[in-house]
Amino acid sequence: MGSILENFTSGIIPMEAYIFVSFIMFFSGIYGFLSRKSLLMVLISIELILNSADINFAVFNRYLYPEHFEGFFFAMFTIAISACETAVAIAIVINIYRNLNNVEVDSLDELKEPEASDEK
Amino acid sequence: MAEQIIFYILAAIIAVFSVMAVTSTRLIRSALYLLFVLLATAGLYLLLGYHYLFAVQTAVYAGGIMVLFIFAILLTQKPGERITPEPLKQRVLAIVLSVAGIAFCGHIVYYNFNRVYSFVKEAELPTKQLGMTLMGTEKFQYLLPFESISILLLACIVGAIMIARKR
Repeated sequence: MGSILENFTSGIIPMEAYIFVSFIMFFSGIYGFLSRKSLLMVLISIELILNSADINFAVFNRYLYPEHFEGFFFAMFTIAISACETAVAIAIVINIYRNLNNVEVDSLDELKEPEASDEK
Repeated sequence: MAEQIIFYILAAIIAVFSVMAVTSTRLIRSALYLLFVLLATAGLYLLLGYHYLFAVQTAVYAGGIMVLFIFAILLTQKPGERITPEPLKQRVLAIVLSVAGIAFCGHIVYYNFNRVYSFVKEAELPTKQLGMTLMGTEKFQYLLPFESISILLLACIVGAIMIARKR
């Protein structure tokens, strides 16, 4: 902690400070993923985890290889992929709500739909 | 100095609101806290000098994904409904696991971080060079992932409609 406080007035933000911020975001996402029961809360936790990974990509690129673009583009593609993932997951959640009338993780013990009457 | 103060404000916002987002008992509130976290992350990108990433983060995450979340919450929850709290054992286990993880990773980073990095101050990324890199086909250029993402987006649109449509 001392070096971070030492650098406080020296002009540049230390890289570890960014990494610790993304740690806090990542592990609160882990906490939410393990402890919450609502599917939407699990999704929100996944968003936190992906977002902290994006911060890491951007920070490592900016501090270690400032003349390259790899981390930048991976962060950008990760944002696009997580948008896809959220859209599909929310479609699944709404479908589950239509069939079971709640979105708790515990009530999802079979993948098949309850009755086959809607098959044409 | 001003950058330092802005960074620590953004870091405090991210730390507080990401913990509040996963512990809140109302879903709509935790979606709102998630929005704050995403906007503060966009601020971090701005502080790093990645202006285009800031724009993408604000438009896609804070715009698109949050609208999806809020629609899903409003479609599946009754207004003002609180979630019943999870059993204590489950929460304590999750807290222990995440605190242990943060201590482990923090220890590794704090003691083994080589200070070899160099933050180039005036290295503003020119947007033209970004566009050339995104659209080029040579080494270290990204046309193929760009096209794969576009096919993935198309597949995701078709899949979401197939899953959620009324039969």
